[in-house]
Amino acid sequence: MTDVLHDRAPGDIPSEEMEASAPSQALIYTLGLLVALILTATSFWVANTSLLWPGGVGLGLAVLAIAQMGIHLVFFLHITTGSDSTNNILALAFGLLIVLVVVAGTMWIVTDLNDNMLMPSSNAMNMRMQR
Amino acid sequence: MNVATTIDGVPLEALASASEAGPAPKRIVVAYGFWIFLLSDIVMFAALFASYAVLVHATAGGPTGAQLFNQTTVAIETVCLLVSSYTCGLMSLAINSRNRFGTYLGALITFALGAAFLTLELREFADMIAHGATPQRSAFLSAFFTLVGCHGLHVTLGLIWLVVMMVQVAVMGFATSVQHRLLCFSLFWHALDIVWVGVFTVVYLMGVSL
Repeated sequence: MTDVLHDRAPGDIPSEEMEASAPSQALIYTLGLLVALILTATSFWVANTSLLWPGGVGLGLAVLAIAQMGIHLVFFLHITTGSDSTNNILALAFGLLIVLVVVAGTMWIVTDLNDNMLMPSSNAMNMRMQR
Repeated sequence: MNVATTIDGVPLEALASASEAGPAPKRIVVAYGFWIFLLSDIVMFAALFASYAVLVHATAGGPTGAQLFNQTTVAIETVCLLVSSYTCGLMSLAINSRNRFGTYLGALITFALGAAFLTLELREFADMIAHGATPQRSAFLSAFFTLVGCHGLHVTLGLIWLVVMMVQVAVMGFATSVQHRLLCFSLFWHALDIVWVGVFTVVYLMGVSL
């Protein structure tokens, strides 16, 4: 058990006592690069292959992208679940909440508006004209 | 306040909490503030992603993404940016060990890969515009150029920042303020790579396959 005097800055290397037992920092960066490269290659394969069910490709790509973002956060930005990183995690969680609200909210509202806009002009209007 | 005197058998005195330790060092405050800025930047990108997702089918009879995008170029761009993020990480290790040569070498490779990414992206844009796929052509292309162009603008600013930082290292050495700025730069560069993961997935791969 080590005492936590201060929070750790995001992107900063972990504290010295962790470094003693943990693998070297260069190894962590290299590991992150390799995993990210594998995930990128998988993404490009998923987008181009005909082996997979086409309906699931979009979801698969989303999962791969989120996984790769997580790899970047952990291996390159050193965001951890440690107690010295709580503030970084909380800020990230709040940012993700806003991102989710903006993206999902926009898509939901505008898709709904789009449906309501298009219906009268194409179908109902034509029916009225025919009458 | 009445709190337990031991946590997991360790005396509480050994676990001085962050609030009892006094104000945090400047390095932590600076990097945390920059982290907040980066998250707000990502929120801005989220708005651009949302407008792109809404407008992706509004091609107004013009070219679609599947007709315009070249996946080979995108793959090379992705690898360039990913490896430059890696060398940026190695550069920050060199900075922490006060290794001047390693810092310059890491910065040089990071800059070269970032410049290669930007060149490929600008060539792609020029190629699209030459084929009539300008931002004015359709709502889809407006959203595309705004989203991808905004990321490219960030990369451009990052490259300028990197050059400025190398001049500062050359003139001022590894002064504390220079180290803080370099820490912020590496945060910025890694965050750009995270945004690019979203761009190549949502714009290029989903645009071609769906």
